[in-house]
Amino acid sequence: MFLSETYRKIAADGIWNNNIVFGQNLALCPLLAVTGTATNGLGMGLATLVVIIASNGLISVTRHLIPGEIRIPIFVLLIAALVTLVDILMNAWAHELYKVLGLFIALIVTNCALLGRAEAFASKQPVKHALWDGLMMGLGFTLVLVALGAAREISASGTLFANASLLLGESFRFLEVTVIPDYKGFLLMALPPGGFIMLAFLIVGKRLIDQKLATRKVSVTVLTPVIAEEES
Amino acid sequence: MKLDSATIERLKQKIAVYREFLKNWLEPSNLAQLRPKLEFQTGVLAGFALIASVLLGVTNCSTEGTIQRRLDEDLKKSLEEVVPAALYDNDMLQDTLNIPSVEYNIGASETTVYIAKKSGQVSAVCFKFTAPDGYSGAINMIMGIDRDGNILGVRVLSHKETPGLGDKIEVAKSNWILNFVGRSLDNLAPAKWAVKKDGGEFDQFAGATITPRKSVQAIYRGLQLFKAHQEQLINP
Repeated sequence: MFLSETYRKIAADGIWNNNIVFGQNLALCPLLAVTGTATNGLGMGLATLVVIIASNGLISVTRHLIPGEIRIPIFVLLIAALVTLVDILMNAWAHELYKVLGLFIALIVTNCALLGRAEAFASKQPVKHALWDGLMMGLGFTLVLVALGAAREISASGTLFANASLLLGESFRFLEVTVIPDYKGFLLMALPPGGFIMLAFLIVGKRLIDQKLATRKVSVTVLTPVIAEEES
Repeated sequence: MKLDSATIERLKQKIAVYREFLKNWLEPSNLAQLRPKLEFQTGVLAGFALIASVLLGVTNCSTEGTIQRRLDEDLKKSLEEVVPAALYDNDMLQDTLNIPSVEYNIGASETTVYIAKKSGQVSAVCFKFTAPDGYSGAINMIMGIDRDGNILGVRVLSHKETPGLGDKIEVAKSNWILNFVGRSLDNLAPAKWAVKKDGGEFDQFAGATITPRKSVQAIYRGLQLFKAHQEQLINP
């Protein structure tokens, strides 16, 4: 194994066990707002990924300087400044991308997951771990956004990754597929209530998988019936 | 002035002293002692706020020009969409006229009109306007009108209408908005400036009547604004 135990645990936490949405139930505001299509989900996910790595790194570097009593205002200040910086710089130097992602960048400020990671992880861990955690949490969040966006897009309009070429460039046009031809459309799924409904299905799915995995582990390690009963 | 080697040596020593001090000061154990102190906390918060505001200020100042240029390019692109290139040879962004538009209910109380000129003569005008009463918020549009009052083109710049229903006002989703090309207050009676449901000329969408209705009405008001200032605009 080329990753040490700690790094593997952080990765597993970020992507699955303690996933921002599935595990912590955070960041629902930007999540439901932008997942009308898989492309939008991907855009929001990538933007968040960049900011969460940067904020985790910054907060970990300065963690000895920050007194516990005033940590929250400092975290908020750092995250807000970082998001604004990314917003301004992208508007100036990556304007085409900004026109697609611009809406999402400002929304990152409302993402309490960043504050959550700063508070629960980055402010207590060395820089390398904090950066890795940011990457993994960001990836986990991106995966959920894309999954939710894809599920809503397919059920709402029968397409997948519509307009992906606007976000990623012409070479990614192959991503744009019509899954269900001549689909009449199911408007509810494109609207916010559809986001809640689909998210509920995804969370149920995650719980079911976790349950399956847990029972399999139990049967493999051949525990006594008493403990097995408790597990179920 | 030239620095002799003795001065350089002295400076180097001073820098070493400062570095040593900073290194000791930044030791986690020293910071742990400082952290409970009120003056340290005040200082840290002020320091972070200062660094953040300086950083943001510098970034803002250094990118302001670039962002303005990008926005101008965007505006130019939208202007080109509603005014055919054959109709002008000037820079419309520089040739503008502000006219009061408060009684026309098209968003702004003053509208900037971009004037297209061919060999010095006004051939068309173009301006942004808003249907403030769309189904779920303002619908921002841009319209080009030739000197006789015929519509050259209308485009929706931004809106928050229902995806899948109201968004057919976008040219990317349907060509409904192209129906306005060639229309004017002279060749279409006032009562016909409405959706078919209201006895007018223009289609509504299945499941969305308010969006096209309000768009038509805003375009009509935009034309009225042009008519009221036609003389002033085409004979500068």
